[in-house]
Parts: sequence; structure tokens; C-alpha cells
Amino acid sequence: MTAARRGFRPYGVLVTATAPDVTSPERLAELLDAQGYLADEGVATAAYLSLAMGRPLFCEGDAGVGKTALAAALAGVLDAPLIRLQCYEGLDAAQALYDWDFPRQLLHLRAAEAAGIHDADRLEAELYDRRFLVARPLLQALETTPSVLLVDEVDRADDEFEAFLLEVLSEFTISVPELGTIRAETPPVVVVTSNRTREVHDALKRRCLYHWLEHPDLGREVAIIRRRLPHATARLAEAVGRVARAARAEDLLKPPGVAESLDWTEALVALGVDELSDASLDRACASLGAFLKYREDQERVAGRLAEWAAAG
Amino acid sequence: MTPGASGDGAPTLVGFASTLRAAGVDATPDRVHQTVLATEHLDPARRRDLYWAGRLTLCSGPDDLQRYDRVFEAYFAGEAAPPRRSVPPVTVVRPVAVPGTEGPGDPGPDEAPAATASDVEVLRHRDLAALSPAERETVRALIAAIDPVGATRLSRRHRPSHRGALDTRRTVRAMLRRGGEPVRLEHRARRPRPRRLVLLIDVSGSMQPYADAFLRFAHAAARARPGTEVFTIGTRLTRVTREMRGRDPSAALLAVSGSVPDWSGGTRLGELLKAFLDRWGQRGLARGAVVLVASDGWERGDATLLGEQMRRLARLAHRVVWANPHRGQPGYAPMTAGMLAALPHVDEFVDGHSLAALQHLAVVLSRRPEEQVVRRA
Repeated sequence: MTAARRGFRPYGVLVTATAPDVTSPERLAELLDAQGYLADEGVATAAYLSLAMGRPLFCEGDAGVGKTALAAALAGVLDAPLIRLQCYEGLDAAQALYDWDFPRQLLHLRAAEAAGIHDADRLEAELYDRRFLVARPLLQALETTPSVLLVDEVDRADDEFEAFLLEVLSEFTISVPELGTIRAETPPVVVVTSNRTREVHDALKRRCLYHWLEHPDLGREVAIIRRRLPHATARLAEAVGRVARAARAEDLLKPPGVAESLDWTEALVALGVDELSDASLDRACASLGAFLKYREDQERVAGRLAEWAAAG
Repeated sequence: MTPGASGDGAPTLVGFASTLRAAGVDATPDRVHQTVLATEHLDPARRRDLYWAGRLTLCSGPDDLQRYDRVFEAYFAGEAAPPRRSVPPVTVVRPVAVPGTEGPGDPGPDEAPAATASDVEVLRHRDLAALSPAERETVRALIAAIDPVGATRLSRRHRPSHRGALDTRRTVRAMLRRGGEPVRLEHRARRPRPRRLVLLIDVSGSMQPYADAFLRFAHAAARARPGTEVFTIGTRLTRVTREMRGRDPSAALLAVSGSVPDWSGGTRLGELLKAFLDRWGQRGLARGAVVLVASDGWERGDATLLGEQMRRLARLAHRVVWANPHRGQPGYAPMTAGMLAALPHVDEFVDGHSLAALQHLAVVLSRRPEEQVVRRA
């Protein structure tokens, strides 16, 4: 922890956590590919720039397009731990940054008392020591080098939290009044995701690279399914991909994402289905719950499953 | 020189950014600076790299992407840049008030005689459609003074309290101050937070006499409670939350009338409600919120869709309040197909034709569910 308290370092000369051989977006796409994440040109360029410029990457898009998975894959590429902060309404500093471990401090006082130590100044200095500080995700990320920090679903947190995240993300420092300023030796790679339930403040977006993730095209989706679920047959993966694409074009309450396609394929494989045919149609309908999460949607899709699954 | 092909692309980028700004993308100078930094890591001679460097740093939402693509195509294809302003400046001031009711001797607002207390009491119950211009000014000022306190819910955050769960942290802190002795126990309670208020205001032709008052009401609510969302519904759904930000209600309404393309058209309530739920409501905007629909329920199309969507809305929202200006008129019965389809899914059905009705509406919106008198009217 000694590394955390550092002297002044001007902003802008922050060393980034770029792995030595990430030299271009294409190279990063290959590395992500090796991690099982098939990135298109946009994602690869966005992630590459985020690494090269040391800027947080702000990912927006429908649920299930692979925003969170991108952070996990990046952590794999950089061989760094993934530190995740799940946002929710009411999230505050004690849960996101740090907290003093009061029970332990108290225990320490009692122990000192029992041992007959009465030097008040020394005791007090000991109480506000790093070992009594509980690091929450943001502090953890600053102290771990290298690391990938995932701030998940930032739109769920309230605006106070945003202001506060802004401070951490722009300078990569956290000041603890009793301890001093803790500065990241190397700023972590930061991925911020949002499902767009509300508009995140512009000031936060301005600190980040903004990327809007689309649903993948048919070929890529099939490739993703094949990659993540190698035991699924090619015909099954293609059929699921076609149904997913058709379902997204349909006006559903909650269009399925890639995550749902993967879940459904896995469910079908577990049921012993290796292609969507008339024989397996009822099993496919029975497992639609993995794919669509509204009864109305399931009814609409179930009726047209055979038609959509057919090639062409 | 082809734009972007040279080593130093900064001047080109600045020109590109100003074209983007004209098209409505918020490409601020600090963002352009980021674009320049981004191109240093990529190969700006390659069109795709330039495209991504700009898109990742200059855009801030899915609405921006389409504009960005269009401007990028035009700008870097070597064509002349599109005109500085893609949207013609709004020069026509749309009357927000009712045309036709203004007499020839229309006194300006400054000439309007000051209303006395008893005048105001009479005015409170007058139909908004039948006001003289002077009276309308008074009513507008009174609407601006409405302060919908709003319903609350318990948040996850705590505040010190005299009763409730034990606050270990404060108790221990107090103990530390007193040498480790538990002198007094501190308690904490959940802090109440305002619930989000979502206002859907019908601005179609049939609502014309009342839309102005409802929008002013919405402005008062948006001013009083940050986080309030306002939408107008007519032939299209328009989000006007941003336009409601200013302090002056008249200026805000002008901004609204500039951005609402379908002032006084027809209504497609069901379809627009669906658009609202798909794009905003289901993603979280309507979740746990108090939703006000201000409309006469005059549905041009089939009312089945409206019924379905109202059921969806009722399941998402904490409470759905429907204000119908015609309800206050003597002998009114909800007979329109739209209204009949919507009513089963409405928690409270109230008037909206007079100042008194709007003031009552503010009370209804802030009521807690247990205080509700009429449920599922």
C-alpha cells in the first residue's frame, strides 16, 4: 500500500496498462477472439483507443449485447483482475469507495487498553491506518495494477453518485481525509456500461469514449454461439441465430439479446436438441423461457418458430 | 488536399465538428481535442479509422449516431459541407393560447387589471377554454405557483432518527468519543426520496384549449421536482423534458412549441403510449413512477391497443393518474372508446378543466396510496 501515497504527478502523463503487444485495433480483436469474445470493428477500435488513450470506455446498448462481457474479455487479454462495481439506486461512497472498519478499530482500542497502552496520540494514529480501511471496488481498482474496473449499469445509480464517479475517473485519485490522497500508480482500464434507463450526465460521458453497441449480424451471432457453446451443432446455432434476428425485427416487449440466444442454445443442447425441426419443435417451445421473458412475446414467437428457423 | 489525408488533420476536424454542431451533435471543443488525440493512435489516412475516432469521441447517444454518419459521409466524401443549419430557425411563433378567443381590444399582459381575491376564487372554477386574455394571464401566474410536492418512497439511504433500526456506525463513533463506553444508542431510518413524476400531455386538436394549461402545470412540476419527465403526445411522441428546464414558463412553452412537430393534429394515443413504453417506460423511466396522462381519451384508431398499453403502463408505474378536461363538465360520462378502454387501468381519474382542478391534481399526484379515496374509478 506504500505505493498508493505518491507525490504530485501531473495529469496527462498517466501510464496506461496496455499489454505490450496490443499495437492496433485488429491485433486487439485477435486477442479478444482468443478470449472467446468476437469483437467487430467498432468494439475493437473503441477498446483499443480506450487502452491507448487511458480513457474510460462508456458502452451503451440494449441489454444482452455484450457490454459486460467486453470488460471480462479485456481483463482476460490484459491478464488483469476484473473489479466490478454493480450500481444501484442509493449507492453511496461507503459502498463504492472505502469504509472504516469500526468494529476492528474498537477491538484494537480494547486490546490496547488490556495491554496497558495509554499513549493517546499513538493509539489515535494507529486507528486511522490503512489496515483499518476496507477498500470498496473503486479504491480496489486504483490499488490493483493492472486491473480492469467495470462500473456496471451506471444509469441505475443516482446523479450524486455520477458526480462522484466523475471525480475518480478524471484524476484516478481518491482522498481519504484521515489518510491522504490515494493515487493509482497506473490507472485501471475502465469500462462503464449503461442500459439507458435514464440519460447519464454529459459531463461523465465527456470524460469517456462513447460506444453504442448494436446487436451483432447473423454471421457474427452464429459465430459467437459456436464459440461459446462448442457442443452445439452448427445447424442449431444457425437456426437460433435466424430466430433471434427475426424476433428482433418483430415488435416484441423485450427483444432478445445475444445473452438470451446463448442461454436458449444451451437450454436446447441440454434437452438433446441438435437442430430446430418439426420433431424438436415442442421442446424448443417449452424452452422459450430462456429466450424471451414475457408471456406475450413467447406466444407470438412460438407460433412462428418453425417458419423462422427454416433456412432462407 | 483531401480532408483527413494529411498528417495534421486538426483544422479539418475542427471544420467537421462545427458542421456536426450545426446538425445537432454536441461536438464541444474538448471533445474535438479528444478526437485529435484519438487519431494519433490510429491511422487517420484510413477513412474507417477516422470515422471511429470521431464517432467514439464526438457522439454521446444513439440519436447522435445517425446524424454523425450523415455528416461524416457528406463531409469526407469530398462534397460541399451541408448548410450550416440543417434545421431552419424557428421564426413562426406558434400561438400557445387559443386562437379566436382573443377579442379585438386585446389588452397586453401589463395592462391586465390586477385580480382581487374574490375574482380569483371565481376564476378558479371557470373553464379554461372560456377565459378572456386578461383572465388567462392571471390563471397562468397561478398555475406557475402550483407546487406539486410529489409522492415519496423510502430509499436505501438512511438518516439519523429517534427511532428505527440501530445505527451501529454512529453508535460506535459516539462510543469512541467517550472512551469506548456505549453511552447512548443512535438510531436510523430510511430516508424518503421523491418518486419520479412522468407527465404525458396530449397536444392534439381536441385538447387545444387545455394543452397550454397542462404544459404550464408540467413546467411548474418540472421546476419543483428535478427528474420529472415531460412528453407530449399528438400524432407523434416528443420528449420535452429538456425544453421545460428554463425558469420562465412562457419561454419554456415557446421552446416546446418549437420542438413539437404535431401541434393540434390528431391523436394516436395507443400507438404513442406504446412508443413511450418501448423507448422509455419499460427501460426504467416509468418504473415505480407516478404517471399522469392528460388527455381527453379521444382515440382515432382502434381502442384495443390503448387498453393493452394502459395495462402495461399500470403494471410498470406506481400509480397512473388520468386527467380529462371534459370530466369536469356537467353531464359528462366516459363514453369515448379510448377512455372506456383506459379506465380499468387507471388508479385515479380526475378533472382538468379549471385552475381548481389543476390544483387538486397537484394534491392527487403527491398523495400516498393509503390516502387514496377513489381507486380504480
